[in-house]
Order: sequence, then C-alpha cells, then structure tokens
Amino acid sequence: MSPGTGSYPVYAPRKIKVATVSLAGCFGCHMSLLDIDERLLELIQHVEFDRSPLTDIKDVGPCDIGLIEGGLCNSENVQVLREFRAQCKTLVAVGACAISGGLPAQRNHLDLATLLTDVYHRRLGMSEGSVIPNDPELPLPLRHVHPIHEVVHVDYSLPGCPPSAEAIWSFLSDLMAGRTPHLGPDQLRYD
Amino acid sequence: MTFDLETAASPKGLRRVAIDPVSRVEGHGKVTILLDDQHRVKQVRLHIVEFRGFEKFIEGRPYWEVPVMVQRLCGICPVSHHLAASKAMDLIVGAVPVTASATKIRRLMHYGQIMQSHALHFFHLSSPDLLFGFDSDVARRNIVGVAMAYPDIAKKGVLLRKFGQEVIRATAGKRVHGTGSVPGGVNKHVSRADRDALRKDLPQMLEWAQDAVNLARQLHMQDAAMHDSFGSFRSNMLSLVRADGAMDLYDGVLRARDASGRLILDGASDQGYLDLIEEEVRPWSYMKFPHLRALGPEKGWYRVGPLARVQNCDFIPTPLAEAQRQEFVAWGGGEPVHATLAYHWARMVEALHAVEVIGELLDDPDILSGGLMVTGTRRSEGVGVIEAPRGTLIHHYTVGADDLVTMCNLIVSTTHNNQAMNEAVRSVAREYLDGVEITEGLLNRIEVAIRAYDPCLSCATHALGRMPLKVALLGDGGEVIDHIARSSTGEIVRDLAARVRVDG
Repeated sequence: MSPGTGSYPVYAPRKIKVATVSLAGCFGCHMSLLDIDERLLELIQHVEFDRSPLTDIKDVGPCDIGLIEGGLCNSENVQVLREFRAQCKTLVAVGACAISGGLPAQRNHLDLATLLTDVYHRRLGMSEGSVIPNDPELPLPLRHVHPIHEVVHVDYSLPGCPPSAEAIWSFLSDLMAGRTPHLGPDQLRYD
Repeated sequence: MTFDLETAASPKGLRRVAIDPVSRVEGHGKVTILLDDQHRVKQVRLHIVEFRGFEKFIEGRPYWEVPVMVQRLCGICPVSHHLAASKAMDLIVGAVPVTASATKIRRLMHYGQIMQSHALHFFHLSSPDLLFGFDSDVARRNIVGVAMAYPDIAKKGVLLRKFGQEVIRATAGKRVHGTGSVPGGVNKHVSRADRDALRKDLPQMLEWAQDAVNLARQLHMQDAAMHDSFGSFRSNMLSLVRADGAMDLYDGVLRARDASGRLILDGASDQGYLDLIEEEVRPWSYMKFPHLRALGPEKGWYRVGPLARVQNCDFIPTPLAEAQRQEFVAWGGGEPVHATLAYHWARMVEALHAVEVIGELLDDPDILSGGLMVTGTRRSEGVGVIEAPRGTLIHHYTVGADDLVTMCNLIVSTTHNNQAMNEAVRSVAREYLDGVEITEGLLNRIEVAIRAYDPCLSCATHALGRMPLKVALLGDGGEVIDHIARSSTGEIVRDLAARVRVDG
C-alpha cells in the first residue's frame, strides 16, 4: 500500500434531487410512490427530497427531477407548476390528472360561475347576501381544469390513476441511472 | 358570532405572515397570521384554498359509477369514499342488508384502510415532529430524517402501512382507487393465496402495532405537560358507535358527547344527519364549518376522528386495543382528554384495533366464499356514513328513475374538524407566537397542531354542502351589514336584529 492512500477523500456520489407536488390531484399518485414500500428506504439512499408534501421545504429549489401530480384548477397551481418547470431539469407528469386533467376536469362542461353560484348561493336557496368564498387569500379558480402540458413543456408522462408503484419504481430507477425510461405494456395503465 | 382571533378588528396596517403550503398533510391549505407592530397576534386563519366541485359533476352520472368516481376525492382514504358511497347506493338498489360475505369483505377493506392511513400519518408525516422536536432542523424534519436517525421506527412504519395497503389490494383489487365494492355488495371474494399471505404476516403486525401505541404514549408522557396543553381546548366530540356502544368504524349510530363527556346525542340514525348537523360558510375558506344544529354554531361545533372515537365508545371490542383504550381514558382522570396532541396516541390505539379486526376477519371463511350481491326494491335516496381514518364521513345521494344521480351531498371528515383546527392554531398562536419575533420553528408549531388532526384537505376541497346556512355580510370595519339564514325548511330568514359589531 503506497503511503497516503488512506488520506484521499472519498466522495459519495451526489444525491439526486427530487421535488414533488400535488396540484389538482388527490394525493393518490404520491401514495403510489410510497407504495414502493421498503424500497423507499433504498430510494432515499440515492435521492434527496426538495419541496414535497413529505418535507417542510415550501419553495422548490434547483432539482434534477420534478414529479407533478394533478392538473391545474386555480391560479396558484399554474404558478407552482411554472416554478417547478424553471427549477427541474426533468419534469414528469405523473398520473391521469396531470396528463389530461383527470376526474376534476369533469367540471369543464359546467360554467364556473354557475357552478360556484349553484354551490354557495342558489343551491342553498339564498337570494342576495350570501357569499361565494372570495377572500384575497383564496387563489382564483380557473374556468377549466387544464392538463399541465398546456402550460409548460413536459419531459415524460406516466399514465394511470394512479400509476402503479412498480411503474414509478422502474421509471425512477431508469432516470436515476441515466437511462431513457421505458415502461413495458404491463406497467402502462389507463384506469 | 365571534371566535377569538378569527377576524382582526381592523386588518389595515397589520403585517401578514403565511405558512404556504401547510406541509406534511394531505392536500392544499395555508395559514395566515396578522400581527401588529408589537408582534401581537390579531388574526389567525387556516384557509382551504382549492375548489373542485365533485358534488356538482357527480350529478347526472349513473349511480353505479359513483363508488369508483368519488373515491378520487382522496388518494389516502379512497376506500372510505368508496365504501360510504357503496353503503348509500345499497339503499338505492334496495340491498338491505347486503350479504355476510359482502359486509365482511368491505369491513376487511375498511380496517386495512384505517391501518395504512394511520401508519402513514404517524410515521411518514408526524413522527419527525415528535421524535426530533418541533423546531428541529427543517432539512431533517421528514421521513428521510427519521429513516436515517431511527431506521427501526421508519421500517416498522413503512411495513405497517404496506400491510394495510395489501389488505386493500386483496379486497379492492388495487391499492389506490380499487373497484371491489359495488352498489349491493362486492364483486369478488378474497383469494385463498392472498388470505394466507396476510395471515402469515399478521403476528408481526400485531407486535409492531403494539410498539406503535407504546411509542405514541411514551412520546406523550416524555413531556406530558407540554403535550397536554399544546393547542389544547375543550370541545364536543362526535362519532359513530355500534348500537351497543362499542367502537365500530364501518357502521353504527351517531353519538356525541359534550366537553365534560356527557352524552348529548346517542343512538341517532345516520339517515337523519341533516336534522342533526348544519354547515356554515365563511368567505375566507372553501371548507365549511359544521355544527350540531341543536346547539348552534358557537356551542355546537365538535371534533371527530381518533380522539373522539376512542372516548365516545364504551369499549373497543378487541382485547389489546381495549387495554390501551383504558390506559388512554385513565390519563384523563375522569375527564375527557382534550389535548390536540393526544390524537396521535388515540390514532395508534385505533391502528392496533384495526390489526386485531383484520386478524379476526382473515380467520372468517365468509371472506373466501358466499353470496356477493343482493338487490331489492329500488329507492330514490340513500345516506351512507362511515368512520373514515380522519372521522365521520357522510355521503348522501338521490337518484332518478333513469338511474342518474340527481343530488350529491358530502360532509367529509376533515370538514367536521374545521373549527377545531382553527381553534388549535389560534391556541398555539396565543401561547407561542404572541409578542415575539416569529421563527421557522415557531411557525412549525402551528403546523404541528394542524397535523395532529391528520387533515385531508383534498377531501375537504370537494365538499360542498346543500345544508341550511347562515350568512353574515360584513362591512369594511367588520360590522354586520346583513344577516341571512336558511331554516331547515328552506325558508330564508333575514335577521336584522343581528346587526351587532363583530369584535375581533
């Protein structure tokens, strides 16, 4: 053994930074991510979470991968999505809602004003005086629920409601290994 | 009506601090705090910021789609919505009662849901606060930090949740958004292979679930004075119980106790929920504020979920959890436990109960064979109520002769806790934030109080009631300009006598 060998610093490979968010989704895609079960403990050896419902980081920082669950139903969703796009090298639409708007987009055939009025006003048999929640703290709802690709460039889409844990695992494994993710027919589902 | 710190007397010129988004909870919420020059807290609100309108677009859909549609309200507790809708639709198709096999398979699914959701909440979301401290390092305060510092605890949490999810998969077909329950029953038995695999893991799960209760209790005891007082306040409590007073999370009658533990409602049929519960809208949140109609909005609000259920029931019908319940109740020393942080302890008692019930059901041959579906005389209206992980969940539908839904009303668990969560954050704000320079760690205390309720804010964003409502129109200075109420009969009452100044 040559002298000094032991003193060379050993660099651990940099952890891959991943941010996740649920926009107009139900958290089901995040649940499916957690459904990788004990592999989660393996995943966190290689991955560091930035902004995510699992951490207390409130603003997204520079990241390798951004996972977006849910479509866009209000102005805040749009703003958060744009921040994710600006910060994430690779942005992934995870699940039916991010890809197509999903079930929340069922409201698109209804007029938003009518919908709100119906729910908070007319439907309750109210005349004047009742309020649709209107505080400036509440983000404005969009007229329609939009898929995220209508607003930002999306690098990959992972279909399913939700995508299976197997699909998420194999997708992330490919991305982290620097491979182009490829999902077989058994992992693609459109339920 | 006034609640302390809900509305600042004069918001002008106050400094705004926001927690946006509230993290390590499900869904979208934010907290705003208004402070004056001396850092005195003047207003604190938990806002639910999303509106999705599920109840409206369910109208016009065929009734048989509803159990699979509405579960998309929430990915954490889809089974609760799946089953509450199925129970309501059982009444629509006249399947009363459903078969023994269907009931047991649904129960199995539901207790699997309780177990996985409770494990997720305690281990993945809340344990970092409890293990590291409320103002510990942000970078570490998450499940990854727990896995690094306490690998054994993290592993148990992950595997307890996995077991619950596997119970759901075996009964519903999928872990998230399954299809097993249908109007009139279920569409499949549990396979022998799945049953055997689950049975094999059960003893380990029972042991770990007991460890979880012990951990939650021990964390509470470690700093008992703080845990008992943090975000604490007295309130009524509401839940379903079995007809004989036992804890039952799948079916039962409504029971409520007042803050001293006295019964104020008991044996009430869930079908009559509209006569018991009334909801109110406040302009700063999409989530409504329910209360017991008989007591009114100021005295009638209540808490739901584990803290309410463990104390509302007379006993838990499984031995290990019952022993733990008795310890929990003894902690109150004859008075109900009102501590916000005691939710964690109560939640783990329920998780243990869920594992015990799963064990009993796995031993029952009815889950492997027997009739799955029944039908009967078609009806036009049905209410389905279930104790979801977070509390009482109410689904109400009317269906036309053409099989299309004509009305859908949902009161989700988290909505019941709306006032309680607001009270909890105001209590924390008063105790810790008032008059001091606010730090990240102090703000996390607000979130710790919210997290204890395990809010499911996605569920809450879809819940838009059609119930009697009182609305006050406020002027710039907070004075009531107009006050309108809709009575139970739908009549609109304008109460001009209520022109009183709302004092912040």
